[in-house]
Amino acid sequence: MPFNLLVFACILYVVFLFAVAFIVERRAQAGRLGWLRSPLVYTLSLSIYCTAWTFYGAVGYAARSGLEYLTIYFGPTLVFIGWWWLLRKLVRIGRQYRVTSIADLISSRFGKSNTLGVIVTVMAVVAATPYIALQLQSVVLSFGVFASVTPDGMAPPDPERTAIWVSVGLALFTILFGTRNLDAKEQHHGIVTAIAVEAVVKLVALLAVGSFVVWGIADGVGDIIARIDAADLSAWQVEPGRWTGLIFLSAAAVITLPRMFQVMVVENDDEGHLARASWAFPLYLMLMSLFIVPIAVVGLDRLPAGSNPDMFILTLPLAEGQGALAMLVFLGGFSSATSMVIVESIALATMISNHVVIPLWLKLRPRAGAGDDLRAVVLNARRLAIAAVMALGYGYYQVSGGSAALAAIGLIAFLGVAQVLPALLAGLFWRGANKNGALLGLLTGFVVWAFTSFLPSFGPGAMLSEAVFSQGLFGLSWLRPQALFWTDGMDPMIHALFWSLTLNVIALCLGSLLTFPAPLERLQGAAFVNVFEGAVGPQRWARGQAEPEALLTMAQRILGEDAALALFQGAAREQGKDGFLPDPTPGFLDTLEARLSGSVGAATAHAMISQLVGRATVTVQDLMAVASESAQIMEYSAQLEAREAELTRTAGALREANEKLMQLSIQKDAFLSQISHELRTPMTSIRAFSEILTEGDLPPDLVMKYGRIIHDEAKRLTRLLDDLLDLSVLENGTVQLNLGMASLQQMLDTALTAARQTRPERSFTIHRDLAAEVIHVKTDADRLTQVFINLISNARKYCTAERPELRIVVRQRAGRITIDFIDNGKGIPKESQTLIFEKFARLTDANRAGGAGLGLAICREIMTNLGGSVAYLPGQGGAAFRLTVPLRLEKLAA
Amino acid sequence: MARAKPPLFLARAHYRRRRLRDAARLLPILGLILLLLPLLWTHGDRTSLSSGDVIYFFLVWVALIAVAAGFAPGLSKGEGTEEEED
Repeated sequence: MPFNLLVFACILYVVFLFAVAFIVERRAQAGRLGWLRSPLVYTLSLSIYCTAWTFYGAVGYAARSGLEYLTIYFGPTLVFIGWWWLLRKLVRIGRQYRVTSIADLISSRFGKSNTLGVIVTVMAVVAATPYIALQLQSVVLSFGVFASVTPDGMAPPDPERTAIWVSVGLALFTILFGTRNLDAKEQHHGIVTAIAVEAVVKLVALLAVGSFVVWGIADGVGDIIARIDAADLSAWQVEPGRWTGLIFLSAAAVITLPRMFQVMVVENDDEGHLARASWAFPLYLMLMSLFIVPIAVVGLDRLPAGSNPDMFILTLPLAEGQGALAMLVFLGGFSSATSMVIVESIALATMISNHVVIPLWLKLRPRAGAGDDLRAVVLNARRLAIAAVMALGYGYYQVSGGSAALAAIGLIAFLGVAQVLPALLAGLFWRGANKNGALLGLLTGFVVWAFTSFLPSFGPGAMLSEAVFSQGLFGLSWLRPQALFWTDGMDPMIHALFWSLTLNVIALCLGSLLTFPAPLERLQGAAFVNVFEGAVGPQRWARGQAEPEALLTMAQRILGEDAALALFQGAAREQGKDGFLPDPTPGFLDTLEARLSGSVGAATAHAMISQLVGRATVTVQDLMAVASESAQIMEYSAQLEAREAELTRTAGALREANEKLMQLSIQKDAFLSQISHELRTPMTSIRAFSEILTEGDLPPDLVMKYGRIIHDEAKRLTRLLDDLLDLSVLENGTVQLNLGMASLQQMLDTALTAARQTRPERSFTIHRDLAAEVIHVKTDADRLTQVFINLISNARKYCTAERPELRIVVRQRAGRITIDFIDNGKGIPKESQTLIFEKFARLTDANRAGGAGLGLAICREIMTNLGGSVAYLPGQGGAAFRLTVPLRLEKLAA
Repeated sequence: MARAKPPLFLARAHYRRRRLRDAARLLPILGLILLLLPLLWTHGDRTSLSSGDVIYFFLVWVALIAVAAGFAPGLSKGEGTEEEED
């Protein structure tokens, strides 16, 4: 294939990416992102984990060490399917506190310490440099592959010139789209989308080559399996130490790599996307590695001995004469390299500008005026940083000569950034982790990593002398870079992994346990660890002496004039003020700091505001205030709840009382109409007969008859009035009781005699147990007898049996006596049983026997006054009433 | 007065969601065990690797992805109610 065509395709591809990024940026500015903010784009952007190292290197890795290449994907797979453990919290914190980079996260968590930010930045840059060099190298190598098979005499490209051109091109692209604006959230939609496109190209290219190898060269899946089994790969042995260690290492790296943090946390638009990515990203990784082994096996089989296995994926299609496929693969590899370099350099540039350049700038020009636009400084710092990072990568590529196997460099970089992991995990889950611990841990891990892994990677005699390798640093045999503490014979990679992380964790724990954190650290620790509880907000500013105008000037320097004015105006309006200058309340200062930290990082934003507010730190008193504030809120809400419960109770009671009142009113009305009816009936007949009498000329027998009727009716009236009077006295509880000892038997005798007057024509059989009735009761004998008479009369009146019988059963139990009156009539229907004790309650007119229906009501009142009760006893074969009276009634206190 | 209790089926859904979170937490541990398992049988006298190993790893991988995909919708649904962090 003509080399020119290759370059042309390359440029065309880059222009296409430019266009994608450009269009998306435009749409983002117009707020029309739509599906571009979907979980799909998020997942695809995560694929920058798969760099050129993966694209080219995996096959080489597989050809050299068998299945070990899988460990690089297993770690991230486990981290993502276990997103509920860590990633969820990480993303939540990143969004809540507008974290701009992993250095910002560490610095912010440990008391907004810029020192920590600088350390993490330096570590990240050092670890990333070889990695960027690796990408350049892979692009150069892939160009070289095409050049070497060019038959038509095109001059093979000079690797150095290629590397320079690629570096410059990438730097330009990144600067163009990565530093267009200083967003409050540090998001770059254009670049993320371009990367998603590149992710698709990578995947398609790899799957295409894989399919070609499996179904084109080999004879389907069965054949490939046979070839794998037949391949003489005695080196394909899984070493337990390396296997486990590398899974752990890749899991750590996917969390701490600056570029992964950038796309995973900083560019995250929606926490819900993480749920989708939790399986979609592992799926992507799985597809990426699916065809690696077949390609490696077939490559070893078909290609001449000594060809670079890192380039099998490219040389195999070329050797088979598949130019178009090779072009696709080339673009895929190009995508892998460029996307990684772009995002990595953006992430590093953010860190460098926020943690190194801006703090320095502020220190040099602490009180610059309004005209001093800090945004330009920040953006220029980032542009320079991108160029510098790229230059470093290029420099490393030049120095290392691009000879080392890709996989080795990648692992060294992984281990470098993994040193941040202990501080990160401790910061997220252990409130006791403090700044000193983090500082010690990071420094220890970094130094050990540099000594055991990074510096030795240049080879003996390059960075570390031969003597150091064989005899140890300063001649101390326990300080040999690949045998710390005399641990000879370990795999160098695992040796470095083990010692750097172990010592890192030990230093972190010791530092945290032995030193005491500053109040701001404690506050941030609580806010980060308990981010889901939301109980502790971030730091609160006490109302300081800050001039709103000075704050506005500063905000303009960072956010830009329009954004700052809008922010201040909004805050002023919320406080109910006109104009652009809100009061510097704690709430407003918090908002302002959050906005600023989205642009320049938490540490810088904090430093800038505290400069104006005039207080550098939070004090212990502030901590106590925050604690007591939340305690107060909780107490207050508990009080509110109690009060609410009380109110509900009161309302319930009121409702009941109201219902009772309504009932009483209805009862009263019914009572009045009943009373007037009862009074009018005898009155009417009295009036009628007395009128007849006054007319005279009546035979004497008629006069006598009418006179008797009038007399009877008057008696009935009197009785009714007596009853009413009696009832009202009883109901009011003002009745006078004559307490004394009385024989129950005597009372019953009296009552039976008296009741005989009622319907004397009927003969009743009375069953009594005289022996049981020999009881002396202390009560009001007259009143109790009155009740007896009433009940017996009722039985005489209403019992419908042919041969009426009445049983009187007396029992004594536990200081109370029960007396049952049971007849053999048809009893009282169930639905009426509760009614009979009400005033004027008579069951049917047929049974009306001259009473007013007050008898049982009076009985009930008497029994209540006597400390007992009367109740209807169902199921006795007739009407049955049970009286209960105390054996000895004591005078009530009332 | 006590707060109105949610109906029984809601409480049940809530319970299910909690257990789903437990399952989501356990999944990577199970995955790690499965991925480390071959260390036991590839160690002894066998020196080279067979296609069976490759197939085993990819099957485990696909299974883990499938289970995680099954968990994800249920997990993100309960995302709004964070107050009940157990």
